[in-house]
Amino acid sequence: MDAIQKNLVLCGVGGQGTVLASKLLAAAAMEKGLTVMSAETIGMAQRGGNVFSNIRIGQGLHAPMIRKGEADLILGFEPGETVRMLPFLKKGGAVVTNLKAVMPTTATLSGSNYSGEQMVEYLKQVIPQERLFLVDGESICRELGSTKCLNVVLLGAAVATGEVGLTQDDVLAAIRKVVPARFLELNEKAFAAGNRVGGNEGK
Amino acid sequence: MHKEFLMGNAAIALGAIAAGVNVVSGYPGTPSTEVLETVAAHRPEQVYVEWSVNEKAGMELAAGAAYTGANALVTMKQVGLNVASDPLMSLAYVGIEGGMVVMVADDPGPISSQTEQDTRRFAAFSKLPCFDPTSVQEAYEMIQEAFACSRKYKTPVFFRPTTRICHAYASIDVKDPSEYLENKPEGFVKDSSRWVIFPRLSLANHKKIEERNEMLTDVFSDSTANASLRGAFGSSLGIAAGGIGYAYASEALETLDKEVRPSVLKVGTPFPFPEKLAVDFLKSVDRVLVVEELDPVIEDALTFLCGKYHLETQVLGKRSHHMPYAGEYTVDLVKAAVDAFVGIETEPKTEALPEPPALPVRPPVLCAGCPHRASFYAVKQAMKGKKTIFCGDIGCYTLGNAMPLDMCDTCLCMGAGISIAQGVWHVEPDTSCFAFVGDSTFFASAITGIVNAVYNQAELTVVILDNSTTAMTGHQPHPGTGKTMMGEVVSKVSIEGILRGIGLSFVETVDPLDQTAAVDVIRRASQEHGVKAVIFRSPCVALMKEPKTVFGGPAVIDPEKCIGCKRCIREIGCPAIVTQDGRVTIDASLCNGCGLCAGLCPVHAIGPGNGGAE
Repeated sequence: MDAIQKNLVLCGVGGQGTVLASKLLAAAAMEKGLTVMSAETIGMAQRGGNVFSNIRIGQGLHAPMIRKGEADLILGFEPGETVRMLPFLKKGGAVVTNLKAVMPTTATLSGSNYSGEQMVEYLKQVIPQERLFLVDGESICRELGSTKCLNVVLLGAAVATGEVGLTQDDVLAAIRKVVPARFLELNEKAFAAGNRVGGNEGK
Repeated sequence: MHKEFLMGNAAIALGAIAAGVNVVSGYPGTPSTEVLETVAAHRPEQVYVEWSVNEKAGMELAAGAAYTGANALVTMKQVGLNVASDPLMSLAYVGIEGGMVVMVADDPGPISSQTEQDTRRFAAFSKLPCFDPTSVQEAYEMIQEAFACSRKYKTPVFFRPTTRICHAYASIDVKDPSEYLENKPEGFVKDSSRWVIFPRLSLANHKKIEERNEMLTDVFSDSTANASLRGAFGSSLGIAAGGIGYAYASEALETLDKEVRPSVLKVGTPFPFPEKLAVDFLKSVDRVLVVEELDPVIEDALTFLCGKYHLETQVLGKRSHHMPYAGEYTVDLVKAAVDAFVGIETEPKTEALPEPPALPVRPPVLCAGCPHRASFYAVKQAMKGKKTIFCGDIGCYTLGNAMPLDMCDTCLCMGAGISIAQGVWHVEPDTSCFAFVGDSTFFASAITGIVNAVYNQAELTVVILDNSTTAMTGHQPHPGTGKTMMGEVVSKVSIEGILRGIGLSFVETVDPLDQTAAVDVIRRASQEHGVKAVIFRSPCVALMKEPKTVFGGPAVIDPEKCIGCKRCIREIGCPAIVTQDGRVTIDASLCNGCGLCAGLCPVHAIGPGNGGAE
């Protein structure tokens, strides 16, 4: 079963673009004739709350939700949210995470700022180095000249790990279909930049 | 047929279109909203779609359309059904001519609702058939079956998905437009012995309804909505499940060895219950574990059948404390219950990780630049030190209860804030009573409360937070917006006009971002007698492409002037104001430049940034 099924968890904070990233993965999988199921946070929680998407690709799917210890990959848009979802990661699964922390209003109010670095340190401690992909999304976006492409950068890194079950070309084709022409060049560059972090540039 | 990747709600909408729906009405409510929106987006020429002013109006409109022979769909969330229950209970006795599906989305958790009520219970209470899908694909097919059932028996029927069906996505098989059914209504045929509900008609129809439902228990035993699947040879165990619980149980069963797999009863029509099918299933097993979210509907039906047929089969579930009553189920929860039921130990799939550092808590908050924040802050400033009660209502502005605003003392249901404020005032006439209500909620159910307060000589201030949209559910139009779901631009229904028509003499409209004027109007309103209304009008920031703000761009804090007192953070709790290395800064990617923080800075350190006016 496991070989023909991929379970992915995308997580972050409302407004970071996790939904579009999961749509792109689903579109790419559909194009290959694969069965896809997904579930995501909608409603009140979207307003600054922690959000997630579950994406399941392949055979033998019944429920759109992923069981703990079953995710092949966690793609975190925010380090604290990545840590929150770790119980879903399977043994030997991969973690791709953005480095920049998003401060919750509660931390600002109470003056107890939580630390993104502390979360990254924790990830380094519990995830083997070759399974952990740290993405400095902020710097990459700054180089690309847009804050709006963080989701595609992260998607690029996730696909390059090989844990998504889709090739770079599969996902690029989906990006070309979905993204408006005037933003295409930016998103292609963002995807390629992400690919480099994911580690197999040559593939 | 072709494949599409669809949200459950979109699948339900396309299924209704494929079934030849003619009229669709409803009121927005998570998780039901996208059904009507998808019909509007894909609307075939002859289909009429509207956001009704509330669920009761939507239900009555759908009934009227179905009287003419049309296929009608009305959509709402579970608490909306409470509002629409008056017409529905009577309609169940009268029946319809065409087809009518009442789509009510339940919300286990509850994730974004006031209650964990179960619409399957409501179906039994109103004696109407109920369809309960277990997946996105089944939702698409089952809504078509629901229309067919409704047309055949000339009765409204329930279609009840839950959040994890409504908001799940799946790649499913859908019909091409050439395969759609078409329904041409014949028109209303006058017959007062049929359409006018009198006690005599109710008595006669009550008998017929019970006969029909008894027959439907047989019909549904053969329906594809229900199924009985044999488990491993010799297994004396069974799982009975419905809704998303069935999908979770199926996942859990796949992890078991084939030799120990229990038999399965899938219940897609919880009312009328598929009796024959269920009795045969109960006879084939010794013990049954029931997996269903919310109320023990299937569990009670099986327990009842064991008594009726003198079966010794043991039914386990919520009443035996094998499954929880409250909250959403998960695949893990169901797997653990199934494993325990078949007598194996659940193997943890993950290694125990060391305790992570404290994770950030992220409760939902009002957006940066949200005009509600300015409205609440103005009332708070104006009434400082006075004895007050702030009655809230349903919408984004319920988030006004969060610290540091703390401006929502009560919240019950749509429109309730006004009459609750009135009730408090009759007992405590020295309290300044305020009721906050949004513009969409005003039209949906606040007007009656205001009339009641005026008529009964109460003293309170109604604050209407008019952001020109139904924001919480994703920006639906309403009577005050001048737009309809048919894409027409129509004249706006005036909130001021309604209030003056009711007889209020204090009706003032102010932009809450003008804090001086906003504080002043509240002070003046609180000194007047009777029922007063203040309309704080400023559009939702999430609705504006280029927010027209006081500063014309993000605000900045001058580090030279800032004394680090954090008054801006403590007073308004805006998510765009953050502390970085001990200094207060404004996150330019979040700030809309509403200017609220600038007004309360004691040293005037906050002002327009480079993007703003000079």
